[in-house]
Amino acid sequence: MSELLLSVRGIGKAFRDYGSEWRRFASWLGVRTRAKTETWVLRGVSFNVARGESIGIVGQNGAGKSTLLKLITGTLRATEGNLSVNGRIAAILELGMGFSPDLSGRANVQHTAGLMGFPREEITSVMASIEEFAEIGEYFDEPVRTYSSGMQMRVAFAVATAFRPDILIVDEALSVGDAYFQHKCFKRIREFREQGTSLLIVSHDSSAVQALCDRALLLENGMLVKDGEPAEVMDLYNALIAERENSAITISSHASGRAQIVSGSGEAVVENIMLVNMANEQVEFVDVGQQVTLLIQVMVRKSIPRLVLGYLIKDRLGQPVFGTNTHHTKQVLENVSAGQRVEFRINFPMNFGQGSYSVSTALVSTDTHLVNNYEWRDLALVFTVSNLSRPIFVGSAWVPPQIEVGSP
Amino acid sequence: MKEILTAIWTYRHFIVSSIKNDLRSRFARSKLGALWMVLQPLAQVAIYALVLSRIMAAKLPGIDNRYAYVIYLMAGMIAWSLFAEVVTRSLTVFVDNGNLMKKMAFPRVCLPIIIAGSCLVNNLLLLITAVVVFLLIGHPLSTAMLWLPLLIGINIAFAVGFGLVLGVLNVFVRDIAQFMMVVLQLLFWLTPVVYMPSIIPERLRAVLVFNPMVHMVTAFQDVILYGRAPAMTGLVTIAATAIILLLLSLILFRRAAPEMVDVL
Repeated sequence: MSELLLSVRGIGKAFRDYGSEWRRFASWLGVRTRAKTETWVLRGVSFNVARGESIGIVGQNGAGKSTLLKLITGTLRATEGNLSVNGRIAAILELGMGFSPDLSGRANVQHTAGLMGFPREEITSVMASIEEFAEIGEYFDEPVRTYSSGMQMRVAFAVATAFRPDILIVDEALSVGDAYFQHKCFKRIREFREQGTSLLIVSHDSSAVQALCDRALLLENGMLVKDGEPAEVMDLYNALIAERENSAITISSHASGRAQIVSGSGEAVVENIMLVNMANEQVEFVDVGQQVTLLIQVMVRKSIPRLVLGYLIKDRLGQPVFGTNTHHTKQVLENVSAGQRVEFRINFPMNFGQGSYSVSTALVSTDTHLVNNYEWRDLALVFTVSNLSRPIFVGSAWVPPQIEVGSP
Repeated sequence: MKEILTAIWTYRHFIVSSIKNDLRSRFARSKLGALWMVLQPLAQVAIYALVLSRIMAAKLPGIDNRYAYVIYLMAGMIAWSLFAEVVTRSLTVFVDNGNLMKKMAFPRVCLPIIIAGSCLVNNLLLLITAVVVFLLIGHPLSTAMLWLPLLIGINIAFAVGFGLVLGVLNVFVRDIAQFMMVVLQLLFWLTPVVYMPSIIPERLRAVLVFNPMVHMVTAFQDVILYGRAPAMTGLVTIAATAIILLLLSLILFRRAAPEMVDVL
């Protein structure tokens, strides 16, 4: 596990505009010319990847994710910093991998595998398995121009993963395929991971990142702002995409040891949040199936036209278990004036499996936190569900079974 | 240098399959396919022969064949078309393969080799056709034609070097490729392919000496038409220029490489 496959040290990439190309040419010849403008799309990024480690890279569009991957694969050259790669990299950066449209899928596979540096005999030996994995039937011998984008993606993925690489880089490409093929891809990725391949995945899909990755990196404006556990990084990422003018993000350490992230413009804030039982007593440990109430008290600081409360219960890994908001339940509050306090009482049976859960809350004006984000609070509350009265079961949902046993 | 050679060796299959794909995709979906590779230059020869044979036929002393001018044209065309094709494609090699260079990491040295290989195949087909034509019109093949492999090699090296130097710059200033298309046209008429050097005035002939392609084309004509060994001084000069240009293009590429993909 400790063997380093990839080490990135203070890497940066600048796009230079010399004003005149002649000055660019002169700069190659050793004449000291200063670039007119330098645009840094990535700067000071450092991290390590050990063998078998999977890393998710998240960030908004233009944060520098793709640039980082291109630097690692070697299609772009870094302006500063060091990068050392210890092993073979396979990358699925964009669709198609430069297939030529008039040639058949088979010819393109030959060609692309050659482009990856494999000799003919090795390519021939895996051709059948590539064809089988892509599952595009007789289209495999048709020109690529007749393919749908999903079919191109299938062939591209099949070639790129025909030989197990030491590092597999996937840049959002997987979102193109259909659900069936995505499952197949993830299965292969998991198999590779078990055999010691490291993964670098760029994705906006937080559940994919959390399911596949041991660690996540959050890039923002070309800087690495967070390198840590996927759940924590995804929370911060969610806060970042909600960030608006004069909204603040505070990160504090929660009692559970994880970072708690609060963001928003602050027109309304959650003052108090707790879980109470039927006797109105605050509880932290709840039995499976127990009737509870999630009590949320909101303070409105500035008059706002609409107020919607959303909440999301996540499991230990940050995967959503249940969430909704008062927009969907048609309980939007209109024209709330400053100084008003609102209490929300959410009654529900705790039909969850054993484990620790967290609650995130959102105070917004519509059904998404991307328009007016008054407050977004991750880890607003943490509680534990234990199974005291039900038969033993696994999973995060309690679905009361009625099993009938008898002869048919 | 050693790393370049190992890269070429590792990627030999890619180079071979690229050349194949290149030829295949150029004529995919055309009925005559690869035949077009020879039909086009042959048609050009036929046109010039038709238009100019009356004027030019008398200017080839010492050749005892009424198709002498056709042979002269073909010899020049074989040299020129190889040069022109390699230069044109080297000029835009990085721009044309921009998409691939952005997506995949592979030794870039493969690209010019693929061009050279694909143009060479093209040229050999033309040469074979020419030989068939010569036999048909009764022009004997001479042992001087054994010079051809060397001539073709120098021609390609010179064209690749020349094209690549400009090709690297063309990534940043795209006018270069456009401008060079005009220059190539001009150069064609400044090279004795369709005419004989003897028909131009003495003063202008002194200028022609500075056009390296004059020596190249003359060497092809010497070997194919006159059946004699080419003049050495011209050949050595071109070969030396080719090596200098190739080294220059390598240095230029090394300097440009970090910024090249940025602007593609």
